[in-house]
Amino acid sequence: MEKRKKQRKHYSAGTVIWGFAKYISLIFFAFCAVLPIVSCIITAFKTDAEYNATNVMTLPESWLNFDNFIAAFKKADMLLAFRNSAIILVVVLIGSIIIGTQLAYILNRFKFPGNGLIRNLFTFAALLPTIAMQVAVYEIMVNLSFVNTLYGYIIMTMGTDVISIYIFIQYYENLPVSLDESAIIDGASYFTIYRKILLPLLKPAIVTSIILKGTNTYNEYYNAQLYLQDKTRLSTVATSLYKFTGPLGNQYNLICAGVIISLLPALIIFICCQKQIYNGIAEGAVKG
Amino acid sequence: MKQEAVVKKKKRTWKQLLRSRQGQQTMIIVAFSIIPLLLLFMFTYLPFGEMIKYSFYKMKYVGPREFVGWDNYAALFTRKDIVGALKLSLYYIVGAIIQIVLALYLATILSMKVKGGNIFKGFMFFPYLINGIAIGFIFRFFYTRGFVFDTVLQWCGFQLDNLPYWLKNQSINNWSLVGTSVWRYFGQNMVLFIGAIMSVDNTLYEAADLDGANKFQQFKYIILPSIKTILTLNIILSITGSLSAFEAPFVITSGANGTGTYFVVMNTIAHTNQKVGLASAMAVFLLMIIFVVTILQKLFFKYVFRNSGVDDESVSARRKHKKDMKRSAKMQQKGGC
Repeated sequence: MEKRKKQRKHYSAGTVIWGFAKYISLIFFAFCAVLPIVSCIITAFKTDAEYNATNVMTLPESWLNFDNFIAAFKKADMLLAFRNSAIILVVVLIGSIIIGTQLAYILNRFKFPGNGLIRNLFTFAALLPTIAMQVAVYEIMVNLSFVNTLYGYIIMTMGTDVISIYIFIQYYENLPVSLDESAIIDGASYFTIYRKILLPLLKPAIVTSIILKGTNTYNEYYNAQLYLQDKTRLSTVATSLYKFTGPLGNQYNLICAGVIISLLPALIIFICCQKQIYNGIAEGAVKG
Repeated sequence: MKQEAVVKKKKRTWKQLLRSRQGQQTMIIVAFSIIPLLLLFMFTYLPFGEMIKYSFYKMKYVGPREFVGWDNYAALFTRKDIVGALKLSLYYIVGAIIQIVLALYLATILSMKVKGGNIFKGFMFFPYLINGIAIGFIFRFFYTRGFVFDTVLQWCGFQLDNLPYWLKNQSINNWSLVGTSVWRYFGQNMVLFIGAIMSVDNTLYEAADLDGANKFQQFKYIILPSIKTILTLNIILSITGSLSAFEAPFVITSGANGTGTYFVVMNTIAHTNQKVGLASAMAVFLLMIIFVVTILQKLFFKYVFRNSGVDDESVSARRKHKKDMKRSAKMQQKGGC
């Protein structure tokens, strides 16, 4: 042991310097990444007087001063916002998973005229930047009287999910067709095969898709402010923060509290399922 | 006789079964594809077609429309705000390159044995999960005069009087915004690269260690070739991403003080000024650019995969290959811009 240690020390100055540089750059960039968030947390715990008197980076007197959080929660009507976001999230996720797994099922398992065409239509759709499309989608939403309705927004969000479909197709490819065949011999219908045999096996793909689609939906700001304009009824977590602009424009202790509340769900989910999130990101990107 | 009947019956049921199978198949195909296709049509292809149509009209969302031919497209190149916005993309392309290099560097470090690697990774990735509007507030706060960023710079010995107004000063504010964009996405890129690097066979590193290769050589000859696909993909995505940069300027400055990127300007023209025709022309024009870049990307990948057909390339072949790649990437960037 002693001998090995000596040997390692003996290696070279370069290795030692590189070892230092490695940690220094990691610490530096991790610091950069958390600094804006940490400064926000610090400020969120300050009273008005403290906020006006001290520098932003001075730590608050009490870490148990939750007044700002309560005030922000009330002022931005966060309860309503969380309710709306939850409804949107649940319905969109269930809907897009049902649609996505079903479409991927027929695209992967059956050869029929139009199969390739449908795939190409979806691939092409993935190229269109959503913000550019809203110029025309807006008009359609108006014509369908979907603007300012929760269901309209939900249907629209459900319809534009291409990446999940890719992920599902990829997973179906790994499930052997012999599974289907033996079920057919047993007399199962195609729907039963999809529902009872393949869907349970698709769980990892579904988790991936929930993570990708879920974060996107929860964080969606542009479409939400465009189609859910009635903020007294239809604010989501992302749009509810907008109440802090205007007269409250400079009261950052309150604003920061609101910001922290809005990113708590993301933080909790991130801490709980880091690994799935990383995998999901990697898979989503390769297909996207 | 009896036996024959049984056979016949069996045959018929088989036939029936077959027919019903086929019938079932058609039914399930229709049932499973009708909703997604309807949604795809309603919210992607119908608006896409409408958008192309609108781009030839002078119109608002309601009221009369007037056919103007190519006028809207001509206006793209004469209106100062639009041309200026296109130029802003260059800032974001530079930002994207910095972001990729940084992500690659950190991914390389984190894929080696590092203490607390997961914590560092988590810290650097988390910004990606924050919603856009929260980022807007965080950075308005961050860049406010005398607040977080200024304080940190003062710790480093800068004088407050010498520091610019990060979001107002037109010579610097676009860099501030690009910085937030890098801050938000570099962790995500890094996670992607780590995934790719981890898929490399571990024995390669061990062999390299035995042969006395240093870390830089390992990076150059093992890591870089093995992640070139995802790397080029990201470079290309970042070009289209830079052209469609939107959220950072939209939520932080609302495009004020010369920070309006192409999409921010388009959004104002479409929804505030209600010049739907012009906005549609802007959207179509950008889509064209994106298509060109994507087609080039497809061609480029074909070229790359044709070359990497041989399994065990010698190092020199690899090096040559990489040079080729660099050259064509450069060519492509020129074509893309």
